[in-house]
Amino acid sequence: MSEMVIQVLWLFVKVAFAVAFGMNIAGLLGWVERKQSAVMQDRVGANRADIFGITILGLFHPLADALKMLTKEDFVPAKVHKPFHGLAPIIALGFGLLCLAALPFGGTVSVAGRLWDLQPIASPMSLLFVLGLLSIGVHGIVMAAYASGSNYGLLGGLRAAAQMISYEVCLGAALAGAMFIYGTLDLQQAVIWQGRLIHGWLPAWGIFLQPLGFILFLTAGAAVTKRAPFDIPEGESEIIGYHVEYSGMKFGMFLMTDFIESIVISGLVAAVFLGGWQIPWVHLTGMAGGVLMVVSFSVKVLLVLLLLMQIRWTLPRFRFDQVLDLGWKKILPLCLLNFIVTVWGVYLWR
Amino acid sequence: MAITVRSVERPKHNFAEQIYLVEVWKGLLITFRHLFVNLARHTLYALGLKNGEPGAVTIQYPEDPAVLGHRARTRHRLLKRADGAPRCTACLLCETICPAKCIHITAEDSPDVIVEKRAKTFDIDLGLCIFCGYCAEACPVDAIHMDANKVELCTYDRKSLIWTISDMMGDTQKDPAAST
Repeated sequence: MSEMVIQVLWLFVKVAFAVAFGMNIAGLLGWVERKQSAVMQDRVGANRADIFGITILGLFHPLADALKMLTKEDFVPAKVHKPFHGLAPIIALGFGLLCLAALPFGGTVSVAGRLWDLQPIASPMSLLFVLGLLSIGVHGIVMAAYASGSNYGLLGGLRAAAQMISYEVCLGAALAGAMFIYGTLDLQQAVIWQGRLIHGWLPAWGIFLQPLGFILFLTAGAAVTKRAPFDIPEGESEIIGYHVEYSGMKFGMFLMTDFIESIVISGLVAAVFLGGWQIPWVHLTGMAGGVLMVVSFSVKVLLVLLLLMQIRWTLPRFRFDQVLDLGWKKILPLCLLNFIVTVWGVYLWR
Repeated sequence: MAITVRSVERPKHNFAEQIYLVEVWKGLLITFRHLFVNLARHTLYALGLKNGEPGAVTIQYPEDPAVLGHRARTRHRLLKRADGAPRCTACLLCETICPAKCIHITAEDSPDVIVEKRAKTFDIDLGLCIFCGYCAEACPVDAIHMDANKVELCTYDRKSLIWTISDMMGDTQKDPAAST
């Protein structure tokens, strides 16, 4: 087989893995959300969906959800702008899924006499790629709101746009310090940089070098994913959100978008602040090393997701003015302060 | 009347509370404690060590029996005298007070001259009953109680919801599922 064919096939395998990773974990997150909230509230949680009497702790509920979404009537109201109404969820979900392709699931390992890069799309600007695609996701939301032909939907879309654009500024600014230390915009290079040790024992992870940046990024990330305590765009219980005119799988795609964006944010946190695929004090090589890299990265992503989920079920929702105040008046200045201090620190240290 | 003005004190927050991160962490500590303690309890339960506290307060109702309060008003029960005759004297007080008009009594002469009157039929349509308990309160001879502690009354047709005197005294067994 020629070199070209192997390269293309390997790329397909990696991208398929990234998409499967995102979709499967997004499905599982529906289960995690139900069960985690149930256990921490002294409840049992959804446990009734069964196949031939087998329930496995309610693990069939995501399947039942998907079946329900797919078989529900896809009702399109008369006043909507049809092409954009159909396009909006595809844009929202599609660009979220594209982000996954640039996450560093693993480094480069040498197996069978050749080097295999485990990052699906390697690029010297993969961080900008992810952040850019995340912000295109806003277009799907606004398009959904505008095409709905409903004032409730439009107002929800305005809230979503204001919140997401505000916090995407913070998202980039919070990462500036870490990227300055690593000296790269390549997520892969950033992870490789974090493989070193400080004083010979402490792994040089971003969370130790940039604790403030980590907290700011996690907060801004939670806001960008539009989940509680920042779920004002949806406001499912009282104010109605941008997907008010959607039903069936189109609504399901918006639901999925939130989960996918959570996974992307968790992936970024894992890659930039938690050492990505690195396992501290262990040098990973060969086939086993490659598998361990992917496992390590996945475990870190899942732990961050667990934390985000716990925050989602612990805190009450912010008011809309509080959200914008927090973003523009508190997080953004702190991000810039963090960046300035980092720059001076690196300058004086050198 | 003079207008009274009540000024509401805004709660004062110190710096740590304003940063909110400490408060978030305190909240997370509580929820994480619940999460891990309950997970441990669930695990112990799954392993068969059922001595500890249960991991959830949920009552898995159709499998486990429903837990009713001591004073729960449930299905009606008609009481008997010592000799086995119904206590009801067909005075129609319960039928009169019933706001849902679900009690229907026809009276007849009682063979016991002291009692004088007794119920020939005593039907309660549980499809109409609102379980207010007025009938039990109104009864002068303590003949009707609402303490059968049965809440599974559903049937497949409305006629089966009409309970007769012998059903409510327990002389005949009314099986809702059999009425299909």
